[in-house]
Amino acid sequence: MAVNEMLAHNSQYAYTAAVTIYVLSMFFYLAETAFGRNAAKAAEPARELVAAGGVTVTGTTTTVDPDADTGTRGSRPLAERLGRMGVGLTVLGAVVHLLSIVLRGLAVDRWPLGNMYEFMSFVCLVAVIAWLIMLRRFQIRRLGAFVLIPVFILMFLGGTVLYTQAEPVQPALQSYWLVIHVTVVSTACGVLLVPGVASVMYLIKGAYDRNRSRFTRIGPKLPSTATLDRLAYRTTIFGFPLFTFGVICGAIWAESAWGRFWGWDPKETTAFIAWVVYAAYLHSRATAGWRGTRAAIINILGFAVMIFNLFFINLVTTGLHSYAGVG
Amino acid sequence: MTTVDTPKVTEPTPPSRPGPVRTVLAFLRNTWRGLTAMRTALVLLFLLALAALPGALLPQRALNDPKVEQYITDHGWWGQLLDRLQFYTVYSSVWFSAIYVLLFVSLVGCLLPRSLEYAKQWTAKPVITPRNLARLPHHVHAEFDSDQDVAEVADAVRGQLRGWRMRRDADGEGAARTVSLSAERGFLRETGNLVFHFALLGLIVSFAIGKMFMYSGQVIVLANGSEFCNSGVLEYDSFTPGLRVDGTHLDPFCVKVDNFTATYLPTGQPLTYGSDIEYQSGDDLTTNTWKPYDLRVDSPLRTAGDRVYLLGNGYAPQFTVTFPDGTVRHGLVQWKPDDTSTMLSEGATKFDPPNVTNASELVTRQIAITGLFAPTAAYQSGLLSSTYPGLTKPGVSVDVYQGDLGESSGTGQSIFTIDQSMVADGRLKLVDKANLGIGQTTKLPDGTTVRFDDVQRWVSLQISHDPTQVYVLIFALLMLGGLIVSLTVKRRRVWVRVSRTPADQGDDAGRTVVEIGGLARTDQAGYGEEFTRLSARLVAVAQGQAVTSGKDS
Repeated sequence: MAVNEMLAHNSQYAYTAAVTIYVLSMFFYLAETAFGRNAAKAAEPARELVAAGGVTVTGTTTTVDPDADTGTRGSRPLAERLGRMGVGLTVLGAVVHLLSIVLRGLAVDRWPLGNMYEFMSFVCLVAVIAWLIMLRRFQIRRLGAFVLIPVFILMFLGGTVLYTQAEPVQPALQSYWLVIHVTVVSTACGVLLVPGVASVMYLIKGAYDRNRSRFTRIGPKLPSTATLDRLAYRTTIFGFPLFTFGVICGAIWAESAWGRFWGWDPKETTAFIAWVVYAAYLHSRATAGWRGTRAAIINILGFAVMIFNLFFINLVTTGLHSYAGVG
Repeated sequence: MTTVDTPKVTEPTPPSRPGPVRTVLAFLRNTWRGLTAMRTALVLLFLLALAALPGALLPQRALNDPKVEQYITDHGWWGQLLDRLQFYTVYSSVWFSAIYVLLFVSLVGCLLPRSLEYAKQWTAKPVITPRNLARLPHHVHAEFDSDQDVAEVADAVRGQLRGWRMRRDADGEGAARTVSLSAERGFLRETGNLVFHFALLGLIVSFAIGKMFMYSGQVIVLANGSEFCNSGVLEYDSFTPGLRVDGTHLDPFCVKVDNFTATYLPTGQPLTYGSDIEYQSGDDLTTNTWKPYDLRVDSPLRTAGDRVYLLGNGYAPQFTVTFPDGTVRHGLVQWKPDDTSTMLSEGATKFDPPNVTNASELVTRQIAITGLFAPTAAYQSGLLSSTYPGLTKPGVSVDVYQGDLGESSGTGQSIFTIDQSMVADGRLKLVDKANLGIGQTTKLPDGTTVRFDDVQRWVSLQISHDPTQVYVLIFALLMLGGLIVSLTVKRRRVWVRVSRTPADQGDDAGRTVVEIGGLARTDQAGYGEEFTRLSARLVAVAQGQAVTSGKDS
């Protein structure tokens, strides 16, 4: 059960490299935002007319997302090239980041999710990957910097304040349920970072739309509120069931490790609160008068509770989940 | 959320003054409507989240009672106020219960009409085709020459919409004949949604029933072949019954703890805990057969409807006291770890003097050995500390008291400490202080000797009983399934109208017109792409072309 120091060191180098690459790609996104033209033109139904062999087909498809197909072909302007480089760097960063996590796991010869540093690292990787996946569906490259900012903050804190030496975990954590529960929950947490950021951007864009003198710098560059709302919703409906599954796994683990499946431990309670808030988010999108801004606020609140759960409960209160390995 | 939207339930006030019965009925109806409105449910969800929060921030009696008392002492009137407002028992408090009961009612009130609606939709046909399909968010209009008549074209299109709920309407005769198809898909979404919500109800109900019939208790057992039998509350060190459990008729079983082993890293971090136990339940109790079990931290023994967990562990130093008259007494009592990382433990091992029958003499000669135990002893200027949790070089640093332990005072005593008020009264005197290794002896002023013989390990076991937890799990999984279905299945409609261009249109007269309209019923995006694919296929089929992919994803 000895720790392989060389692998542990290399894991740390990879971690630092990943953070650096993320910061670099953030600058590329910011450069794109700074040099690029304003994003969305007004929603215009794409009309196409196909006439072939005596058949006339006309169609309208009002896409809710005006940014869905604004990708220009041919020679790309500088701003776009910068943005694309940013994406390339983010992918590279994610690969190095993954390497760091794998090396850490090899170094300690266990699943690399045993303390808060490792947990945060994994959450950030998932957030970046989730964002890259959504990038394929939505024209949201300009959000890159805003997704990477919280990622950078979390990784910086993880690498400095919360850093824990590589070591094996205590008996209560040596279970395959750890692998399932913690992996699922942290994946959900990472995925839910994306709608959290999208919802913050929604509020900014909404404020800008209502009053053009507010947020004049980034307001025009952001995707439309409709896109942001859809992005938030689409990621949440993936993250929320995942989170539910993670909580259920946790309950199964708690039943076999702590003697009860649910005990209102601070972590459990806060997970319950987050679950209820995300449930409220889904309901709010089906309730007249609660869509849009209110739904976005609820989504932000939900992610805030997740983050609160990650930090406060691990570091401040003492409960059964105090495995942060800090202090 | 600070703004609370109360649903506006306005009833038209009748001109004449209503009778009291009608007023009450109206009030009940309005309350019911208000309670079952989605907005109310949302507000209640927020209140539930808000109300659960103190449970995470404040110490809770159910988890840590001493911490609650400490908190109240530290915070004065504020702490007492919180106590009176049930902030230390959040999840059984009146206000928390009120919120979830209201939410429960709201949920039932929302589900009943929806289930009826669902049943109706199950049998009902899709809605009639709208007149103007061009107004729909997704629309395709195709015109072409075709040999087939309108009905044949429509049937060909219909063949491509297998798996959709379908309604076909025909109108007009001859050249003016129009056939329209109304198709709907994604009914499963509502199914998933209802499954989720009913499973939620089931989960809450089974959780509540479980809380009534559950019990759990903890007991410390020496890991030297000592036994514990689940025969009554008195066998436990602490016992928490559910509301309907009085502590009798517990599920009968016995466990015998043979040993306990722990392994540690050189740093002292624990690696594994394990205990070999034997148990008997059911018929084994009458035949006195023991079955072995390897009890580990996350693999409880499940027997007789109960679960036995390995919760904690510690050391029990064994002392031998030899009184001046030569009588020997052995003492073996668990000491509690103060620091779980080094297992430095403290406790009190108490002795009664031998051959003493009268109480007044007894209370002058009782002995208590108190102090610290270290599994790996290290002394710094005479003070004992432990450097490692494993048993490598055990040592004790004891204060030996003689006198009246105060056990006859009627108040219960902790097994880990002595009654300090007896010491303060001078009825219990400190007679000796010593640091002892195994086998070492210290002599008291009256000639009594105290020997530190050996160390045993003890385990703390938790016994839990919850008859409904399996149902909670089943409902939780149903919820998850329902949730995934209701969030991924898209509810969407497509309408197709096949007609011919009127005869007064010159060249274009008599051409076949296929109009297709689409609408996503839920706020699912991405229907545009699906519609584009589907409509292209439908138009192709309408023209009599062969289409390879017969089924739309």
